[in-house]
Amino acid sequence: MITNVMVVGVGGQGSLLASKLLGHVVLQKGYDVKVSEVHGMSQRGGSVVTYVRFGDKIYSPIIDKGEADYIISFETLEAARYMEYLKPGGRIIVNAQEIDPMPVITGATDYPNGLIEKMKENGAEVDAMDALGIAAEAGSPKATNIVLMGRFSKYFKDITKEEWLKAIEECVPAKFLELNLKAFEMGINA
Amino acid sequence: MKELMLGNKAFARGLYEAGISVASSYPGTPSTEVTEEIAKYDDVYSEWAPNEKVAMEVAFGAAVAGKRSFCAMKHVGLNVAADPLFTISYTGINAGMIICVADDAGMHSSQNEQDSRHYAIAAKLPMLEPSDSAEALYFAKKAYEISEEYDCPVFMKMCTRVAHSQSVVEVSERVVPETKKYEKNIAKYVMVPGNAKRRHPIVEERTRKLIEFAETTDINRVEMGDTKIGIITSSTCYQYAKEVFGENASILKLGMINPLPEKLIKDFAAKVDRVVVIEELDPIIETHCKTLGIKVEGKDIFPVIDEFSQSLVAEKLGLEAKDSCKAIEGLPVRPPVMCAGCPHRGLFFTLNKNKCTVMGDIGCYTLGSAAPLSAIDVTACMGASISSIHGFNKALGSESENKTVAVIGDSTFMHSGMTGLANIAYNQSNSTVIILDNSITGMTGHQQNPTTGYNIKGDPAGKINLEALCKAMGFNRVRVVDPYNLKECDEAVKEELQANEPSVIISRRPCALLKYVKHKPSLHVDRDKCKSCRACMRLGCPAISFKEGKAHVDNTLCVGCGVCKQLCAFDALKEPEEVTE
Repeated sequence: MITNVMVVGVGGQGSLLASKLLGHVVLQKGYDVKVSEVHGMSQRGGSVVTYVRFGDKIYSPIIDKGEADYIISFETLEAARYMEYLKPGGRIIVNAQEIDPMPVITGATDYPNGLIEKMKENGAEVDAMDALGIAAEAGSPKATNIVLMGRFSKYFKDITKEEWLKAIEECVPAKFLELNLKAFEMGINA
Repeated sequence: MKELMLGNKAFARGLYEAGISVASSYPGTPSTEVTEEIAKYDDVYSEWAPNEKVAMEVAFGAAVAGKRSFCAMKHVGLNVAADPLFTISYTGINAGMIICVADDAGMHSSQNEQDSRHYAIAAKLPMLEPSDSAEALYFAKKAYEISEEYDCPVFMKMCTRVAHSQSVVEVSERVVPETKKYEKNIAKYVMVPGNAKRRHPIVEERTRKLIEFAETTDINRVEMGDTKIGIITSSTCYQYAKEVFGENASILKLGMINPLPEKLIKDFAAKVDRVVVIEELDPIIETHCKTLGIKVEGKDIFPVIDEFSQSLVAEKLGLEAKDSCKAIEGLPVRPPVMCAGCPHRGLFFTLNKNKCTVMGDIGCYTLGSAAPLSAIDVTACMGASISSIHGFNKALGSESENKTVAVIGDSTFMHSGMTGLANIAYNQSNSTVIILDNSITGMTGHQQNPTTGYNIKGDPAGKINLEALCKAMGFNRVRVVDPYNLKECDEAVKEELQANEPSVIISRRPCALLKYVKHKPSLHVDRDKCKSCRACMRLGCPAISFKEGKAHVDNTLCVGCGVCKQLCAFDALKEPEEVTE
């Protein structure tokens, strides 16, 4: 049994911490784990994707079309972009923020409408939330990643809440711990 | 204890445990983190060298002196270091030396997709290739043993998916071998023709012995499963093959990809019904098998372009594709862009405005080629901007001299811009060179370089003064501009293009992402004053968009650089204190 989670967003949004936390928590649970990132050019405001795979034995470090159980997205358009990677009936957890890509900024095209509905029509279970707003309420917009992970923990039940909280303690700097624990809690309950 | 570790970090850990003493590298995705991780160990000397040739020669010197050494580079960096490479293969080393070369199939962050294995074959050096983090750690130790046993540098070939994926490793203690005493040996280390002629047969004999080693080493292994199909593979392709077939195929997994074994491959091929070679990029293992007279399938099924995946392996070997959610068509792309507040933007705006022909170079600023700035005409490799503007202007003379510029970053200039500049100074083309000095190596994630005044550990170091350097080369016209000041940029570009001699403009402002750079508060749009002329949109700043017919500044992105404000004829872009209502 292998679980495949894609963490997607716009370069600079903090998706690396989310995948680090997830990788850490499932390793503690005793799973084999692989986490794959792309560095360099695409970090400059481009579309970024991280793959987290865990189970008894993991070979490939990447997730391919039709393989993702979950897509955790920091931005609406980026969730839609990776639809084809999702298994039929797979779940998308999306921060319903819209960040204009350059073709929209320059006026070459418009930001697409109704993406959440389209994702549902195309076979995904979608949980769209204002993770950015919730994070701001928790204390900092930078905790958006932890809000989303809180939400993910609601669906992925192999890891207990205590295990998540312990992993957060081990992964984030002490001075941000309180903020992140609060953000995680608010993500679950939002 | 088991840890989840990035491939590059695990590799660095392996080097550390194997007792490395000296590391010298030039950053390049996806190789950079190996050296960054080594720099965290205080008992290892590490540095950023100005370029890969220097780095390799530093590592060579340290190995000859008797300490285990290392250098790292991306695939195109190995082109720069090719000169020492081919000859240190002849001299051999003393203590172990590892050369890391990281390929980027799929070109996530590169200008070409070359296959570095050709270099191992051409320079007649062993090359190992790990398939995950645990192997990266183990192979580092193995590579030092091979290096010392066979008296030659050993390549460790990484690729993006191994370098930048985390998998589980177990670490152990560092063991530092004794220094191997340096002994003068002119016949071995001085490669004049007479000596080199005696060294070449030694290299050939070494390869013969290494082939014997390849037959039995534990890093080449056979995993017998179903014998209907036998797969010969290495690196991530091994992982994709295992993912698809599990025990339903037999696999010869090669950890050493040069030189390749002969008997091991023949024996494996004899045990299976069908032999398939799965390798990214060029057909190197395949060609070797065919030379041995083995019937294999390879590039007749698999592409020579791009990286592979488990789905590609499954599809090409006739397995069914997985069901998936339906794609949403027609979505706008999201290419990487220059950051809000990027100091390069003002300068590229000026070049676009003046309709300059721009010879570009390698770095973040290559993004200046993207719309709407579209201000780069040519980009090939490190340093080519300066050398090629000289050729361009020599070919066209006054037709191009007053409208053509070269742009190059501070780190790239140190890497291989200086020799091109020497050529302009010496052979006197009327060329204008712009050094985009953002005081850091930006694209690879903020590494120090010889112009920044800090070393790899962030401690104070020597600092090369660009103005003094250009003047010493004989340039009379050297001026510094602030790229946040559009008027100053415009004047400088116009004047230097008109000048009747070579000139250098240094566009100086630190990268907006550097921690010590203080940002100003975000600007705001006065919607009453905005006439929707879209002048600000010509900058391609990710913080500026159009909302409900008027310009809009995203206050989470804007760093208050004020470049857009200089373009607004209606004074609609306001600093916070200017907002009175």
